[in-house]
Amino acid sequence: MTAIEIPAPAPVTTSPERAHKVFAFTSRWRWEEIAFWLAAAISIVVFPTHLVLIAQVLITGLFALSFDLLVGYAGIPSLGHAAFFGIGAYTAGLLARAGWTEPITGLVVAAVVAGIAGLILSVVVSRLTGIALIMITLGVAQFFYEAAHSARNITGGDDGLSGINIAPIFGRFAFDFYGQTAVIYTFVVVFLLYLVARRIVNSPFGLELKGIRENVRRVPAIGIPLRNRYMVAFTVAASLAGVAGALLAQITQTVALSSLSFERSAAVLIMVMIGGMGTLIGALVGAAAYMVAQDRLSDLNPVYWNFWVGLLLVLFVLFARGGLIGGVDRLVVWIRAKQKKS
Amino acid sequence: MIGNLLYIIFSGVAYGVLLFLMSAGLAVTQGLMRFANLAHAAFAMLGGYVAVTLMNTYSWPFLLTLPAAALATALFAGMLERLLFRRFYNVSQLYQIMLTVGIVSMSVAAVTFIWGSVNQPVRMPPYLSGSIQVGSFDIDVYRLFLILAGGLVVWALIWGIDSTSFGAKVRAAVDNRRVTASCGINVDRLFMLAFFIGSALAGLGGALSVNLVGLSPTFATDFLIYVLIVVTLGGHGSMKGALGAALLLGVVDVAGKYYVPQTGPFIIYALTITVLFWRPHGLFARA
Repeated sequence: MTAIEIPAPAPVTTSPERAHKVFAFTSRWRWEEIAFWLAAAISIVVFPTHLVLIAQVLITGLFALSFDLLVGYAGIPSLGHAAFFGIGAYTAGLLARAGWTEPITGLVVAAVVAGIAGLILSVVVSRLTGIALIMITLGVAQFFYEAAHSARNITGGDDGLSGINIAPIFGRFAFDFYGQTAVIYTFVVVFLLYLVARRIVNSPFGLELKGIRENVRRVPAIGIPLRNRYMVAFTVAASLAGVAGALLAQITQTVALSSLSFERSAAVLIMVMIGGMGTLIGALVGAAAYMVAQDRLSDLNPVYWNFWVGLLLVLFVLFARGGLIGGVDRLVVWIRAKQKKS
Repeated sequence: MIGNLLYIIFSGVAYGVLLFLMSAGLAVTQGLMRFANLAHAAFAMLGGYVAVTLMNTYSWPFLLTLPAAALATALFAGMLERLLFRRFYNVSQLYQIMLTVGIVSMSVAAVTFIWGSVNQPVRMPPYLSGSIQVGSFDIDVYRLFLILAGGLVVWALIWGIDSTSFGAKVRAAVDNRRVTASCGINVDRLFMLAFFIGSALAGLGGALSVNLVGLSPTFATDFLIYVLIVVTLGGHGSMKGALGAALLLGVVDVAGKYYVPQTGPFIIYALTITVLFWRPHGLFARA
């Protein structure tokens, strides 16, 4: 895996002070995180014509973040994470169409609905491994896709939902044509949820998840209820994905059927791999790299895009499993080692 | 009424045989190496394209394209196995999934690039099209051919696993790879051979399925879910389990499309989820 949390020496005797030190070290703000959020904030000011893209990058980043909690921390592979993104998007969209246009409660409801869907699915998922686990996540996502596709009178089928009107935030900040409100709203929500996710992975619960990822068999042996942890992780990841979907529905005022598609589930896998699994910030960096590249290369035939993305995924998994963040970390370690020598 | 039921069972079994051919390889290789090969349905797709190209461009007779498709798929998959997959047997399943999803993405793009995104036309030879009248039933000749030819392959496969030395070694390795290796059996070579045969079957299944379900670049992802369902419900590495699951899936799918067409594939998913709630290790798994 990535060689990121390793630098803390293994404690010979455990004392509260020592544990505090280790936790403080692993939960420190890394410079990649600060750089990413600074870059995001600056780009809002510097690229006023690309606000919609920036907002979409942040939303996709949140979606990738939720996937990283699942894959990079709990080690649960899923090929159907788009299901929760779509559920959140449709919940927010339908809620607004039904007249509940307040955005923040809309996000909360979407999080709850997606979380409940995740909780129900986690009952099955927590009992499965390997092929069966992949199959069930893929199958459930396809199920929702087909359901949204055929329930035309509710979801609009192929055409999706459109004409979603969202009330001004706090009754004051209306969504404008240029996306200024949208991008700031997205930035604040995603940043706050990033802090939440950070808190989760740095808590004892997060440590247990990492334990599950590293050695599934040993975790129950030290008294951690495995199924319970799987279920909690799955539910949290689902509800964060739901918020991402709801945000996209609110700021674009549409919900597309593609929000539930297999392509989206596969894309998030690629983003997390490229950015660096199990680092949280890697998910955001990977999503940004993917989205910006896709935007720059939008003239490119999507066929070529899929080919190169697939190749990139294969190359990363062969040679750079730490992703971009892991690569940068290795570079830093290498430079420091060189400096020490000279 | 009875006629409908017979029709459903007949078509369902034909479809089930196809699904079995496409999944058998994955059931064995997954059982042997615990390698989550999500590109297995892409192998079947490759077999389909090889057969269609040989038929339409080089006007090969249909029956001759079948072994060619199987061989071409097996060679290609075998190459992938030697070059890439074998490096991933002892790493986390996460990476196996990433690797094979990348390969699926590349293969879908490559196939679209070469053959386009349209459905490939196929014309079956006259002796395999139309239907024959038996009593008051119309029997579709191609489906009958599928059941007979596919049945033969299935029988050969099960006989091979049950009654040959190779099959015994495979069964042993599925049960316990390390002990098998310590008995002096070369598990790596065993696996290579099993992978080769399994991919050939997938290519054959792909070639046979073109006339029934069509062929376009979405084949690799559309059939992935069916293949995974068969392997999951069949239980790890069990041929008969996979056969049972494939036939059940085929019949239920055809019945669902016949009686409640508006529900689409829901019945399949509902059935799968129910079964997994009840038996998480598959329908035919040993306890």
